[in-house]
Amino acid sequence: MTASTASSPPAAKPSPLAWLERITSNFLLQRLVKALFTIWLVTTITFFVVRAMPGNVVDIMLQELTAAGVSPDDARNQAAALMGVNLDQPVYEQYLAYLVKVLQGDLGMSYRSQGLKVSELIVQVLPWTLFSVGLSLLITFILGIMLGAVMAYNHDTWIDYLLSNLAATLDATSPYLIGLLAVLLFGVIWKSVPIMDMRGALSPGIQPAFSLEFFADVFKHVKVLLLVSVLASVGSWMLTMKSSTIATLGEDYVTAARARGLPDSRILTAYVGRNATLPLVTRLAISIGFTMGGSILLESLFTYRGIGYQLADAIAKRDYPIMQGVFLVITIAVVLANLLADFLYGWLDPRIRIAGGGQ
Amino acid sequence: MNRFEGLASLGRETWKTFKLLSRNKMGLFGFILVVVIVLLSFVGPLVWPPEDSANVADINQGISAKHWLGTDFQGQDNLRKIINGGRDVITIGFLTGILATLIAVSVGSFSAFVGGRVDTWLMDLVNVWLTIPKFPLLAVLATVLSLKDIVTLSVLMALLDWPGLSRQVRSQVLSLKQRDYVEAATMLDLGTPHIIFRELLPNMMSFIVISMIFTMTQAIYQQTGLVFLGIVPYSGANWSVMITAAQRRGVLYNPQAMWSILAPMGAIILFQLGLVSFARSLDEVFNPRLRTSV
Repeated sequence: MTASTASSPPAAKPSPLAWLERITSNFLLQRLVKALFTIWLVTTITFFVVRAMPGNVVDIMLQELTAAGVSPDDARNQAAALMGVNLDQPVYEQYLAYLVKVLQGDLGMSYRSQGLKVSELIVQVLPWTLFSVGLSLLITFILGIMLGAVMAYNHDTWIDYLLSNLAATLDATSPYLIGLLAVLLFGVIWKSVPIMDMRGALSPGIQPAFSLEFFADVFKHVKVLLLVSVLASVGSWMLTMKSSTIATLGEDYVTAARARGLPDSRILTAYVGRNATLPLVTRLAISIGFTMGGSILLESLFTYRGIGYQLADAIAKRDYPIMQGVFLVITIAVVLANLLADFLYGWLDPRIRIAGGGQ
Repeated sequence: MNRFEGLASLGRETWKTFKLLSRNKMGLFGFILVVVIVLLSFVGPLVWPPEDSANVADINQGISAKHWLGTDFQGQDNLRKIINGGRDVITIGFLTGILATLIAVSVGSFSAFVGGRVDTWLMDLVNVWLTIPKFPLLAVLATVLSLKDIVTLSVLMALLDWPGLSRQVRSQVLSLKQRDYVEAATMLDLGTPHIIFRELLPNMMSFIVISMIFTMTQAIYQQTGLVFLGIVPYSGANWSVMITAAQRRGVLYNPQAMWSILAPMGAIILFQLGLVSFARSLDEVFNPRLRTSV
């Protein structure tokens, strides 16, 4: 980037590569390229795990099938068909073919359930996870901002101490343990929620429709999962918001706004809130991955039939085609969500957009 | 130069740190908690060896004078299992923490020192790596590799865990590089190893230790999750295995047997709480700006 500016003469005539630089320093484009690169990287890692690594998935399947009495040739054909690879090609051709198949949305067939297409399974379960994870992130974000601001405004009072300690404890406890505690408290000790009835994402016989019954049933199945995943991540949001609000409260423009006699509510929303929230938007990226990753454990704990549950199930059954497909889709979902968070950040903070990204 | 002098000064520094630490009640509490749990897990099994037979008469009992933390689905004493089940969990935590920190410090300081295009590329790669959800990747890799022992598991977790830390190490090194004493050492031409090991690292020690502790807590949780998913060998007395075993037996829905799940959970949470409050107080010990406030 510096090369083109250094080579260009100080005259008014722009460097012939200036247009290239303008494109590469475009914030949105940079992020888009980064996202595509990440997806490519993960696809490649998955390919190596599936095919090229010593002790890879295809080898394991071959061993398992021959041990089960299938002839070596049949085993080879079967494994190749399920994973969607051609074992007679050289590895790099298999790799290219693999990339093309992933682009086409072809993720192979299930190893344990005959005739089940991995992509069809994912289309069925993914919406439930996107719904629960998205809702959880939204609630956590709002709750974290509000409680963090309350902590900052009441700095060094008992409210602050109480909330700070609560947030630190929640932050230090894993979602899985919070989930177990929730089952114990709600299901066993207080007996207030029938945990067993909440299996699945919907009760049998309920059809998706725009009706009260449908939404009530969706909520019934997701409520404890939602509560646990909010509790598991709200702590770090609260602490981040607290420190960023305290930092913003010390800024000159806040003092100036006070001196001008602006009402507190206006200072809180337009001056402090807006600026203090910015660092949290960057945290969103980490939080999306964390919540998606945590969904494997939480969804299987509550038997919520989302994509996390499906991954855990595939792992338990060693259903490798489903495993790789679900893993790919989870990662792509997280990368796309990150891209969205980046765009949001660029929109909220013009400095990022104009300065051309960078760190 | 003089190794003994170095050791003596290290001893003095440790004592000073401990004295500073004892001023912070929360940190001291955390430190003592960690030491007690580690001692109990490594020395305790010699005094209270694991029970090797089931006691059919005492299955799933609540707390009593005889069984302080109740008994599990095999009638074995929960407290005794807790004492015997800490070693693996703690070892995995320490190993992963140390390995991940080592890689992170090497890569982070290398990136900061080399600078330029290598630095940009490395950090771009780290940023990309950070967007990949780690736990699903860990779960898939651990399944395919079918890990047998805790050392390989720790190595795998460390290989996945270092990037975030290396980014922080890099920014620390970049800011320390601007300090006068480092510039003086550079001008005296003392060599990069001297600058890294004698000037930079000692000043980053608190930060490194704190990050290591947080990596440890992460590793312990990840291990708990892997056991729950049935990826990591489901054998031996181990806090995570205790939780999963109790849960698979439906103990979660049997109020009387709740202690079989509460006890290992409590052990993990107490250990993590100890680690985290110790780490937080270290921050205050080493960062004078934090000592007066909060």
